[in-house]
Amino acid sequence: MATIEAELRDLMVAGLDGDSAAHRTLLAQLSRRLRAYYKVRLERIGRSPAEAEDLVQEALLAIHIQRHTYTLSEPFTPWVYAIARYKLIDHLRRTRAQMTDASLEEAGELLAEDDHIASESAYDLRRLLGQLPAKMRQAIQCVKIDGLSVAEAANRCRVSEAAIKVNVHRGLKRLAAAIAREKETHEDG
Amino acid sequence: MKTDELISMLGTNVERVDRQKVVRTLAAAILVGLAAAFCVMLFVLGVRTDLPKASAATYLPLKLVFTVATLVLTSIALIKLARPGGERRTPVALVAIPFVVIMLLAGLTLASVPSTHWDQMIVGDNWLECLLSIPLIAIAPFALIIWAVRQAAPTDLVRTGALAGLVAGSVSAAAYALHCTDDSLPFIVLWYGGTIAACTLAGATLGPRLLRW
Repeated sequence: MATIEAELRDLMVAGLDGDSAAHRTLLAQLSRRLRAYYKVRLERIGRSPAEAEDLVQEALLAIHIQRHTYTLSEPFTPWVYAIARYKLIDHLRRTRAQMTDASLEEAGELLAEDDHIASESAYDLRRLLGQLPAKMRQAIQCVKIDGLSVAEAANRCRVSEAAIKVNVHRGLKRLAAAIAREKETHEDG
Repeated sequence: MKTDELISMLGTNVERVDRQKVVRTLAAAILVGLAAAFCVMLFVLGVRTDLPKASAATYLPLKLVFTVATLVLTSIALIKLARPGGERRTPVALVAIPFVVIMLLAGLTLASVPSTHWDQMIVGDNWLECLLSIPLIAIAPFALIIWAVRQAAPTDLVRTGALAGLVAGSVSAAAYALHCTDDSLPFIVLWYGGTIAACTLAGATLGPRLLRW
């Protein structure tokens, strides 16, 4: 367990310094652990494990958006676990279910299992992106999907590099909010 | 959407992250809130008129030490608590220290004077003004602090909301202390402590709604 913690933490730190490959490896590793974690929790309270993939993606998005909140002097696993658990409780609340089971667990449990059988979530990235304001959508399309550098994207969209960075960040936040909204309307309807 | 798609999107062109952002944003929000509260005190209520008197010179520093100590302690706790998992490593009970100290001192003060003086010491001259001013002045700092806390992604919304209310109440009390002419310790415990506690309760109630992310 200690070695996993150290490995994940190193990847996180490299990602925070702008290492894309490390960040991607981190998210891939976390996705497998999150999947196992959510499947077990959902099953235990009689919910469909199919919801797990939605949660995995929400948690990954949250981990990415909130990565500036990780403090280097603190261990990494409890930070990830807090986000994973928060997203689970939030999911259960938004979809109106009992949340009695989502507490009193050790952060270490998150690392205990590993599930690499990825499936698809119920979210349609294209459609969600379509809901964003044009400049945010363009910025995400250029930088995060087409893989243009920030400078190239700024050139193409005729805005400053700072504006591109801000729009990518705000766009991802909006995306997470759109997912949360969709969940509520879906359940209400 | 496939999870791999999402990972590849998030993992493309990853930007360097400003690691001091949470601390800086929160500290800035608290300081701006303090400045706003100070301005309200200065321009709406006015600094206490008896400043040159000896009694003011003795008791004002005492009130300021209490409110500022509370403010500093609670701010540090809030900065720790506001991040994901912050509730695991923040000894929130420590923020009660200034309150416990001043309650003990107030108790000693009451015990050292005849009970005929108690009424005046506890009720003071302007308890109503104090009761209304501290929560009202706290509103703007509270809004600022909540805005900043939201960017830190707290995972214990009740406790974080409560602490945000406590910090806003302390900010307000620190500013109000420069206006208020009631100097007895029992007065401070009851009306300052009470209004700060009310702000804390309001924060705890509003937290889950305002801080959700």
